[in-house]
Amino acid sequence: MARRVPEVNASSTADIAFLLLIFFLVTTTMNVDTGLARMLPPMPEKNQKQADVEVKKRNIFPVLINMNDKLLVRGEPMDAMFLREKAKEFIVNPNNDPNLSEQDEKDIPLIGKYRVSKGVISLQNDRGTSYNMYMEVQNELVAAYDELRNNLSRSLFGKPFDKLTQDEQDAVSKAIPVRISEAEPKNVGGK
Amino acid sequence: MAKFSRKGKKELQAISTASLPDIVFMLLFFFMVSTTMREVTLMVRTNLPFATEVTKLEKKSLVSYIYVGPPMLQYQVKLGTEPRIQLNDSFKTLGDIRDFISSERDAMKEDQRPLLTTSLKIDQNTRMGIVTDIKQELRKASALKMIYAARRKE
Repeated sequence: MARRVPEVNASSTADIAFLLLIFFLVTTTMNVDTGLARMLPPMPEKNQKQADVEVKKRNIFPVLINMNDKLLVRGEPMDAMFLREKAKEFIVNPNNDPNLSEQDEKDIPLIGKYRVSKGVISLQNDRGTSYNMYMEVQNELVAAYDELRNNLSRSLFGKPFDKLTQDEQDAVSKAIPVRISEAEPKNVGGK
Repeated sequence: MAKFSRKGKKELQAISTASLPDIVFMLLFFFMVSTTMREVTLMVRTNLPFATEVTKLEKKSLVSYIYVGPPMLQYQVKLGTEPRIQLNDSFKTLGDIRDFISSERDAMKEDQRPLLTTSLKIDQNTRMGIVTDIKQELRKASALKMIYAARRKE
């Protein structure tokens, strides 16, 4: 008959587990990284000639931010609050206003014929612009595109853009391409 | 009064603590799974700007971070309060960004290299000059996927 082995005292496992728990609480972070995702344009090749892409004036939506964080949109001073609506109006151009962006009818899978805007938003900032203001403007511009995409996906598929399948997302992205170009910054304010 | 006399005699039974380790282990596993290790000690203050249209950063292993902001108090005697660039655990200059990116690339698996994303954690009071310079450096290093870190604003 086997000898009875005395039971190991388990009352300290709780303490050990607490120690481990506290170690992990201290050394780890929980923050989820969020931010505005953007693509930078590739550097032009050295021997490549700067081919001037002809863009009609009506297709450009210039947004300028100066060193005092003031906005100039299509030649008019503007508050950042109104930028989103203005940008949306420029991209969609529902009434075919000759001052707003041109539309190009294209055949897109899953959607069919859609008037794709040729508009480009051109963002230019000064070296003295504050990062806060820059992000606010970026956010408004991205929001304008996001809202348009969401509207389109709701009306076509009855779901917001991020709930669509990959194919549907591609189709909507093709219908409303994000075109935000950033010009080389000017150095007016010094610094 | 037999009913009352019984009360004093019976001792209160101790609560069993046998399940305490299990509960604590559960907590422990929760934290182990849901958190990530702190990788760098911040030497610059990065008070991130707010934005509404933020996207979540999916794969942390594909992301390299560039911190920009005024140095923390203990470094301000030496370095002043002008925004500085921090890469990994030290202050760096603009010229070091390309080396940093290529070393980050080398550390990744070959098939994942094109997916390298640079997260710019920049203090909201920074001027755009330094940000633009960093962006130019990233373009030269052809690390084109980037994300401006921002906090979600409702």
